[in-house]
Amino acid sequence: MAEDSASIRSLRSPLGRARGMGSAKGGTRHWWMQRVTSIALLPLSIWLIFSLTRLMGADYVVVLEWIGNTFNAVLLLAFLTAAFHHAAAGLQVVIEDYVRDELKRFAAICAVNGLAVLLWLAASLSVLRIAL
Amino acid sequence: MARIKDAREAAMVGRRSDGTLTRRPLSPHLQVYDMTQMTSLLSILHRITGVAWSVGLVLLVWWLVAAGTGQSAFATAQWVFGSFLGWVVLFGLTVAAWYHTLAGIRHLFWDAGHGFAMDAAYRSGRLVVIGTAVLTILTWLLILV
Ligand code: HEM
Repeated sequence: MAEDSASIRSLRSPLGRARGMGSAKGGTRHWWMQRVTSIALLPLSIWLIFSLTRLMGADYVVVLEWIGNTFNAVLLLAFLTAAFHHAAAGLQVVIEDYVRDELKRFAAICAVNGLAVLLWLAASLSVLRIAL
Repeated sequence: MARIKDAREAAMVGRRSDGTLTRRPLSPHLQVYDMTQMTSLLSILHRITGVAWSVGLVLLVWWLVAAGTGQSAFATAQWVFGSFLGWVVLFGLTVAAWYHTLAGIRHLFWDAGHGFAMDAAYRSGRLVVIGTAVLTILTWLLILV
């Protein structure tokens, strides 16, 4: 089972190739999740925008009733989950493109992801509080 | 040429045709694109509207948290959104959201390997711009009537 050097066409090690993680050590997962969440967000954001047009300036009880409706609450939670995942992943790419300093870059990415999680939790908790 | 602070930039030093040294722009090097061209303008707009929509998400969170908190917190939020400035921001967010969504569909087609020919890229770009205008008007007609 001797390795035939003529068959090696790349400087990448066979193990590196099998892992497929590239220089970013993350493979294609980040990129792929951004596509998956955008497909989920397509119907969800169309639904949300058109729903919100009906709630502009609406009375408190009308809004509570709308959020509390099970169908709306489920779609709201789904929207929030996909949107925050997608937004944090997208903002991370923007930061990676423009922030050169390693430490500042790392800090900015941590801040964006942390903020996304906290806001997602706060919004989801409010939806649940109204719906339950 | 300014002093190099980042080692990675050493690989990006080139020479002009007259032999003088110059620093090549690093990706995504906005400064070398001609923003009067539709393709590059629409490309950066997808990024700008993505960031704007992210800020819009924060407003949505505020609105939901206010609704979950109580009558007076919600009244404050509704008052801000119903003010003149609130409407201007919401109108801008409507444009950004529709643009980002339609340009996002265009991106997904590219990801699947379609629509790279120059004429196809211009055609889909025009469709995105027209679609954004139509959907924004439709959205605000629903709000106003
Ligand atoms: C809640 C709504 C949304 C938010 C907050 C949001 C935010 C963002 C942000 C910040 C980016 C990064 C921009 C960049 O790297 O240039 C991005 C990228 C992207 N978005 Fe969205 N987005 C939303 C909805 C959507 C929808 C509905 C779609 C598609 C139908 C979509 C498709 C995409 C695609 C394909 C990219 C990657 C673009 C690229 O590779 O340059 N997004 N989004």
